[in-house]
Amino acid sequence: MWPRLFPLFPERASTMAGRVDALYFFLIGVSAFFIVLIASLVVYFTFRYRRRQRDEIGRPVTAGYTLEVVWTVIPVLLTMVMFFWAANVYFSMASPPPDTLDVYVVAKQWMFKFQQPGGQREIDELHVPVGRAVKLTMASEDVIHDLYVPAFRVKADIIPGRYTTMWFTPTKPGSYHFFCAQYCGTRHSGMTGEVIVMEPADYQAWLAGGSGEGSMASAGEKLFQDLGCITCHRPDGQGRGPSLQGLYGHQVQLTSGQAVTADDAYLRTCILTPGGTGVAGYQPIMPSFQGVVSEEQLLQLIEYIKSLASAAAPTTPQGERLGPRPGETHQAQPPQGSTPKTPPAPKKQH
Amino acid sequence: MAEVASPQEPPTSHVSQTPHVPSEPHLMHHFDDMEQQREAATLGMWVFLITEVLFFGGLFAAYMIYRVWYPTTFGVASRQLHLYSGAVMTVVLITSSLTMAMAVHAAANGLRRRIMGFLGLTLFLGIVFVALKGMEYYHEYLEHHIPGHGFQIEGTDPNHAQIFFSLYFIMTGLHALHMFIGFGILLTMMYMAWRNYFSAKWHTPVEVAGLYWHFVDIIWIFLFPLLYLVDRHR
Amino acid sequence: METADALSLPKTHYLNAEYGIRSWLLTTDHKRIAILYLVSITFFFAIGATFAGVIRLELLTPPGDLVSDDTYNKMFTMHGIVMIFLFLIPSIPAVFGNFFVPMMIGARDLAFPKINLLSWYVYVVGAIFTLVAITAGGVDTGWTFYTPFSTVASNTNVLTAAIGVFIAGFSSILTGLNFIVTIHRMRAPGMTWMKMPLFLWSTYATALINVLGTPVLAITLLLVAVERVFHLGVFNPAYGGDPVLFQHLFWFYSHPAVYIMILPSMGVVSELIAAFTRHSIFGYKMVAFSSLAIAVFGFLVWGHHMFVAGISVYSAMIFSILSFLVAIPSAIKVFNWSATLYKGSVSLDAPMLYALGFIGLFTVGGLTGLFLASLGLDVQVHDTYFVIAHFHYIMVGGALMGYLGAIHYWWPKMTGRLYNEIWAKLAALTVFLGFNLTFFPQFILGYLGMPRRYHAYPPEFQALNVLSTAGATVLGIGYLMPLAYLLLSLKFGKIAGPNPWKATGLEWQTPSPPPTFNFDQTPIVTKPPYSYEQQEAELG
Repeated sequence: MWPRLFPLFPERASTMAGRVDALYFFLIGVSAFFIVLIASLVVYFTFRYRRRQRDEIGRPVTAGYTLEVVWTVIPVLLTMVMFFWAANVYFSMASPPPDTLDVYVVAKQWMFKFQQPGGQREIDELHVPVGRAVKLTMASEDVIHDLYVPAFRVKADIIPGRYTTMWFTPTKPGSYHFFCAQYCGTRHSGMTGEVIVMEPADYQAWLAGGSGEGSMASAGEKLFQDLGCITCHRPDGQGRGPSLQGLYGHQVQLTSGQAVTADDAYLRTCILTPGGTGVAGYQPIMPSFQGVVSEEQLLQLIEYIKSLASAAAPTTPQGERLGPRPGETHQAQPPQGSTPKTPPAPKKQH
Repeated sequence: MAEVASPQEPPTSHVSQTPHVPSEPHLMHHFDDMEQQREAATLGMWVFLITEVLFFGGLFAAYMIYRVWYPTTFGVASRQLHLYSGAVMTVVLITSSLTMAMAVHAAANGLRRRIMGFLGLTLFLGIVFVALKGMEYYHEYLEHHIPGHGFQIEGTDPNHAQIFFSLYFIMTGLHALHMFIGFGILLTMMYMAWRNYFSAKWHTPVEVAGLYWHFVDIIWIFLFPLLYLVDRHR
Repeated sequence: METADALSLPKTHYLNAEYGIRSWLLTTDHKRIAILYLVSITFFFAIGATFAGVIRLELLTPPGDLVSDDTYNKMFTMHGIVMIFLFLIPSIPAVFGNFFVPMMIGARDLAFPKINLLSWYVYVVGAIFTLVAITAGGVDTGWTFYTPFSTVASNTNVLTAAIGVFIAGFSSILTGLNFIVTIHRMRAPGMTWMKMPLFLWSTYATALINVLGTPVLAITLLLVAVERVFHLGVFNPAYGGDPVLFQHLFWFYSHPAVYIMILPSMGVVSELIAAFTRHSIFGYKMVAFSSLAIAVFGFLVWGHHMFVAGISVYSAMIFSILSFLVAIPSAIKVFNWSATLYKGSVSLDAPMLYALGFIGLFTVGGLTGLFLASLGLDVQVHDTYFVIAHFHYIMVGGALMGYLGAIHYWWPKMTGRLYNEIWAKLAALTVFLGFNLTFFPQFILGYLGMPRRYHAYPPEFQALNVLSTAGATVLGIGYLMPLAYLLLSLKFGKIAGPNPWKATGLEWQTPSPPPTFNFDQTPIVTKPPYSYEQQEAELG
């Protein structure tokens, strides 16, 4: 009865929830101990040593160094226990398991748009199956937002200009609040919704009954053609830009000599930066699509590129020759932004 | 023992008294002697300069971060700055620090005309510096390098280059503002020297002004290579 | 022992040495400047508290039905800006630091009296800009001004507010500078660092933070202002800028700022506990050095505000471990204060009630800080009411209680009058109870998931919110009471005499109120601080 009437913590509906709560209760226990200790000592001493005569002074007490050391070392040890325990939990939150259900989130003032790989879109509602790890890749169209699901004990800021991720594995079917937890303007407190966790069978049914818009990857393929990407990034590698077959997740050699991994953030940078990212063996002539594609469309393109069949990643340029033709002097071309703009690489959050 | 202290006089039994110091023309009432006053003034200026280091420090931090992220763009943008002008300005400002040090030296020897002369020279060099900076700004305006509407740059990402120029104008602008404040201080010192305020015994304001001027110089010595000399070796 | 009849106010003192508004507005007397600050910050406390009142009233019911969402967003923003920058940051240093630093070290004034006056004027100008921002329609960015919302998306008076805070910051810097030079260079003969009262150690540590941290806030706000006006891209991702860079720069100051707000109160508590147990603070050296340790470590932990903001896991771990370590010096102080009660001669006068209340509430606030330093737990409670409860326990349960304790302790010295002790005790109790009722439920609300800066909330959070608002009403009453009886004491209070508490410290060796130049001759100090045995021997 009590927990229903006066809940002290939210439902536990994810694999991390129990771990976070355990840490919470440990800290409450330690805190309660010290609060009771200090309060009792203060009350006791105040009573026991109350002033009995006017002008009475306190007795001199020489400070013992032993006592100082003891009450310094013990708190240090206790706090280090807390630190290691909590850091462990945080590290797990930052390490999604393999084979996650990847959902894309685009936040804007004042709503969350969710898109599942199969194309199902939702606004302010997210359907997921129980027992499967879900990884959210999140982007913002305007200011900083945050996705917070108290019942899952997960939270991550959604920062414009980059991708942030978090993951959870729901353990109980049901409907759980989520909130935007980074102040974002007028309707910040209206930017809420529900995560609806379903039994796997129900989830499949929900997927099937979804809108016939097609998967994200197919939307991305359409964009790839409509925007003309296909003219340079030909699958046979004969275009002016590298083929994107099997690119996702593999290393890319840059003109600067650096090698980077072609992940979500890298692809986003390529598409938005004029001249691309300076791939070795290719001219930096890729136009920028900043302002041409929305955050959602970027995610669709990335899903499409992910879906391209794994062939060996191209290591030699098969496109236009670089460098002077016989008889020409070398034209110095400043390599364009030789480090991809991943100031911090997408922080893999819980 | 009955307590009969009169209400006005506090019990002073465990605090003994020292005689107050005889008056000096420049001694302020709350200091015990000139030495204490001088030490307080100098320490005060040093503490103030430390706050200035932190003030500029925030800008330096922002600049360093973006320089690491966009090294090529910052290189291209930096090469648009007027290197020779900047170099001349550096020499001018370092020389002004020399003349300022000479002014402090003159003050320590109570040489009124020499103080005014060196202060004036420092002021002149400072004005040359700021004038050169103004001309640079004007040229940057002509080249469409002022961030905001109408910003143009060749050969690199204009957005990232705008970040370079934003930081460039804010950092050099803030520095120039400190130069102008320095002019006010120099003029005040010159006036005080003219009124024969200073002597070998007391010339703390000149010392303290010298500290400020040297600091403004040092900030420029950091700004110049950071802003002007990116990628110059290529 | 002096009876009330034997006491009268000194004929001339700093309050009546000169008359007229010019003598106040052009004063260089540190004591008068302290009074100028006292009046100003009380005014702004009232304004900040009014905004808090609106917030708590709105939160009585789940839907946002009292004010519009834009208005609510302005309420919490301006509550934060006014309370932090115009009340808490100046509070104890500008009032009690200004009044008592020179007196405690045996000096006739601070090192730079004119700069002291300037710092008040700078504060007033900054405060006026902030008032203009408030009255011209408000600001709605949160006191934290996060970009790109503040630089691009907000359509409120961000520029005016940023300029106001920028200017007010220089007031802190000048005050800090003054204290550092004064404490270094103007201690009376014989007053070594280890003979200084602990209030001076805390004030010194606070001054260090003021001087080192505030300039970074200044430059950050300047960048925000310039970016907003000229549409630059330093923090705007659309132009390649980084919004998280703003957060780093902002918190690099704003975390040490919280130590600016708490350290002076800790210094006050040391003075109060020594005075009302009538013996030395247990572990004087540890308490003194812990103030410095807090100041230093406080600069190393700013990233703990950003654990979910996209920083790397490894830097999060470094900030977390340092955040735990910064709590240790505070714990040492709490233990030492508690140990001071042992074998003391404890008297529960009103200032002591505030000091003991501080110990209890600050302990809760400090311990809940550990929850936030714990990475895995912070994910759940970041940006929720848990954080709000934590920092109000420290700022209100800690800093403000310290401030009230200081007022009650030093009121007799500053005004020459005693206030009604019964009302004072009643007010202290009201504040303590009202405070706990207001903020304890918020810990629970936070863990349950209620985010902060929310104008409307799901119905299941209502019960706790109602409790909180009820507490706020009691708390408000508790704050109005001192306003009444302290003002009344100016006319009707008993004459205090030089040392009503029979405390040690040079400030109590002067008449109440003190003369303009504090001491006729510079005292020579031969005894350690809090030498009650010697005081007793000398008084017979």
